Amino acid sequence: MTNSDWTPDQPLVSIKDVHKSFGDLEVLKGVSLDVRQGEVICIIGPSGSGKSTLIRCVNALNTIDSGSIKVEGIEVNDPGLDKLELRKNVGMVFQQYNLFPHKTALENVMMAPIKVLKQSAEEVEERAHALIKRVNLVGKENSYPGELSGGQQQRVAIARSLAMNPDVMLFDEVTAALDPETVNEVLLAIKDLAQDGMTCILVTHEMGFAREVADHIYFTDRGIIVEHGPPATFFTEAKDPRTREFLSQIL
Amino acid sequence: MNAFQQYFYDLAQTYPKWNFIYFYDPVQTWRVVDGLWMTIQLSVVCVIFSVIIGVVGAWAQGAHSKTLRLVMQGYIQFFRNTPPLVQLMFFYFALGQFTPTYAPDGWVEVPIISNVGWAIISLSFFAGAFNVEIFRAGIEAVPESTQEAAEALGMNRLQIYIYIVLPLAFRVSLPALNNNLVNLVKTTTQALAIAVPELLYQMISIYNDYSTAQNACMLFLFFAYFLLVGILVLGMSRWERGMRIPGYGA
Repeated sequence: MTNSDWTPDQPLVSIKDVHKSFGDLEVLKGVSLDVRQGEVICIIGPSGSGKSTLIRCVNALNTIDSGSIKVEGIEVNDPGLDKLELRKNVGMVFQQYNLFPHKTALENVMMAPIKVLKQSAEEVEERAHALIKRVNLVGKENSYPGELSGGQQQRVAIARSLAMNPDVMLFDEVTAALDPETVNEVLLAIKDLAQDGMTCILVTHEMGFAREVADHIYFTDRGIIVEHGPPATFFTEAKDPRTREFLSQIL
Repeated sequence: MNAFQQYFYDLAQTYPKWNFIYFYDPVQTWRVVDGLWMTIQLSVVCVIFSVIIGVVGAWAQGAHSKTLRLVMQGYIQFFRNTPPLVQLMFFYFALGQFTPTYAPDGWVEVPIISNVGWAIISLSFFAGAFNVEIFRAGIEAVPESTQEAAEALGMNRLQIYIYIVLPLAFRVSLPALNNNLVNLVKTTTQALAIAVPELLYQMISIYNDYSTAQNACMLFLFFAYFLLVGILVLGMSRWERGMRIPGYGA
């Protein structure tokens, strides 16, 4: 449970032989992967292949049945897990944005640092303004989520997550629910993050984006990682027939 | 007697069925004022307690403990499926026998819970049972995914409940809560059965003493409750409007 033995030269997120079932349905059948600090990885694959479940396990929104997930040395698969300690390090952005509808954009960003980390409101507000600016939403601070477009809401969600100063960000199909014209503004925000050295794990169907920002791409199907590699070779030299079939359908 | 009192005095002389005695006899005026004040106090206190019971009960219903959930279910079924009048009488006459007494003047034994106390307890639990169900429905309307986002930000169950679930559930629950509180205010009249000197009790006392005042008393009762509930509804709908979130819900 302690993360004292973790050093930055080790993988920030280390997933080893993870198994997970929902009832009789085994969605993860021994998945292993490592993410180093500053690395951006994309997980792609057909729906139902366990991608979302996998990243939801990384911040303990789902529990795992066996195997190990370590985030900066904190073992997620531990009954005595300090969830707060874990979630301080791991930010997450969801497909449906999931903003707090009764709070303005700025309040959404400020809430967790104040209520969870007990930081001073003034200091947090200053940081929140900077984050709003970073995701290009100056002027929308006092808008409620219901008054914002999907793309704007998703950018608020990214800022909200960043306000906790996480070391790794999880993106769970964050553009899948968006109108095509707003997809780009969200991708730009993520790209900006990635270029700043944020460690990111993305589940995505945006192949062009994956090719552009990812350091490593993983293709999952039916609960296993079928194939992985850097984008330069992954898209052109896929070896497994399942990967090739998937890519041919989607590209 | 001033002109106003004189007018109603003369009216009673001319038409004995319309004896608005509380308008010209100061003793009766005070009975009405006392009754009205008691009704208002009873209503306000019961509204507050029943809402607290509703919030805590809805929380308990979502608890992991099966025993706690079962106890809540039993409580709700009991208070929802039995008449409030019977509950009042049961609390005061049956349970009242077992409450400890004290003697303030060293002579007469007085139970520590008065009839007003029992009315507050009984009516609060009665309305509270409905409030639990109302709030639970509101809580169920808060999307799981919104709570998950809060969880991912490191909030614990209590923080999620206080900062996310309750504020959203409350907005959904307000119309139903509104109805239940209106009912509660009207049900306070049943405290008459255990001699709580609220408005109905006082008005009946007046026309028992002055039978010609009966029609006037009934008229006043309708008028007073119409106004009281009207104020409550007005306040609730203003609150509802004030809590409305731009771009969310209806």
